[in-house]
Amino acid sequence: MTFDLDRAWQVDPRVSMRPEPFGALLYHFGTRRLSFLKNQTVLAVVRSLADHPSARSACLAAGVPEAELPAYARALATLAESTMISERISHDSRA
Amino acid sequence: MTLAPDMAPPGGRSAVPGTAPGKLTDLFSLGLDAPICLTWELTYACNLSCVHCLSSSGRRDPRELSTAECKAVIDTLERMQVFYVNIGGGEPTVRPDFWELVDYATAHHVGVKFSTNGVRLDAAAAARLAASDYVDVQISLDGATREVNDAVRGPGSFDTALRAMQHLADAGLRGFKLSVVMTRHNIPQIDQFKAIADRFGAQLRLTRLRPSGRGADTWDELHPLPEQQRQLYDWLVAHGDQVLTGDSFFHLSAFGGALPGLNLCGAGRVVCLIDPVGDVYACPFAIHENFLAGNVRDGGGFEGVWKTSALFADLRKPDTGGACKSCGFYDSCRGGCMAAKFFTGLPLDGPDPECVQGYGEAALASVGSGASAGVGRGVPRSSVDHSHRTSPARPRGGAGSAPGAGGPVPVTIGVRPAASAPLGRPPAHDCDESPLAGFTPRPDA
Repeated sequence: MTFDLDRAWQVDPRVSMRPEPFGALLYHFGTRRLSFLKNQTVLAVVRSLADHPSARSACLAAGVPEAELPAYARALATLAESTMISERISHDSRA
Repeated sequence: MTLAPDMAPPGGRSAVPGTAPGKLTDLFSLGLDAPICLTWELTYACNLSCVHCLSSSGRRDPRELSTAECKAVIDTLERMQVFYVNIGGGEPTVRPDFWELVDYATAHHVGVKFSTNGVRLDAAAAARLAASDYVDVQISLDGATREVNDAVRGPGSFDTALRAMQHLADAGLRGFKLSVVMTRHNIPQIDQFKAIADRFGAQLRLTRLRPSGRGADTWDELHPLPEQQRQLYDWLVAHGDQVLTGDSFFHLSAFGGALPGLNLCGAGRVVCLIDPVGDVYACPFAIHENFLAGNVRDGGGFEGVWKTSALFADLRKPDTGGACKSCGFYDSCRGGCMAAKFFTGLPLDGPDPECVQGYGEAALASVGSGASAGVGRGVPRSSVDHSHRTSPARPRGGAGSAPGAGGPVPVTIGVRPAASAPLGRPPAHDCDESPLAGFTPRPDA
């Protein structure tokens, strides 16, 4: 699955996220699936998705180097596949 | 023990470069700040007397947590961000405050999965369950036919379970769990179980029989034969994506490829048990003073037990592998199940009694257990027993027992000496409950 870094994303409202020393655990109450984030950077990215106009912007703000963006896109794709995160309707479209 | 959640691929690879410190298993093996989920047995009371009940349930214990105490535990779990609890017993739905506690938990962001034999699952309860995203239910059934099931779970229990599943299906609930403890008698029925699950739109969940509770009495007659273990493994490999296992068969991974799941004993690391009187044990299959970490009524509550128990600290130390260290399959099976070893008299740092490489049989022979968890040979027993003392309890032998009560049972029950069966033992819990049951986590990111 390809992940569109330039779209707006958010953590699904039914997901509970618990920080852990190694990153975080995520639990989705709808699908009853558990996932985990393997480091603090990806946690920072996921946590801030809703505050950024795009996933790319969230990654860069969290300090992800350009060269590592593809790897982060793959990680986010996995989360999107399991509906831990979902696309956000752009605020602009409401007008 | 079924200590790990129903998780997807073992270990998981890091999708993110850089900091990922190894496999998920390694991260979890040192313990978490809070359990991912835990098993909570709400009562030792049960309408059934399953011969393999891991908690020897039957009679309510007068010391069981009150409604207010249960709510205080839920408050703690919410604060610790425990994602969900696996509620069992006994038969949890016989507690008058069962639904009140379920509602309280979900309102406080603690998800609920509960195991039931179906006795109280009528159309109204099914409708209620169908309306909630935060409550999941597991119906226990240990035979795909009335004959095989009722021999283990008691007369009428097959019909009760199927009636409950029909109510759930009629209410439109899909994906509830049909939970089966695998025995010598039902392994030939795996495909039939799958068909039953499919018929009701349920998901099949298979778990391992442990020699815990009354399971110690019936282990010799019920645990899978060596060739059946292979059959089970092959079936799980072929159908692993369609069934949940609570990660309970990781000892079978030593046949070859690892099965889906954490393949890790999560006792005290990622899961634990709270029993009806508030005692916190490392795992649902280890109700024994050796694995008792504390009580939720202690000053620090559940959080204090989880974070400061010396027992849990010990369980979170890296595994040494012990006698298994030199085995080429140790990385797959991690030495198997702690509770299975303990209740068959084996050292905890050696092979599982059902080690598929055959080391378990040798180990059992060397401790004088034969292939058995038989009594009188220094095999530890739980002092907690709430078994029914009269019908429908089954003959247990020894003074004070009621031979023949409950009618003929096609399973031979081991004899327990009177001295080791004080009246104070707790009741049978009907379900083989993984604290992480229902977890279908996937190693993402």
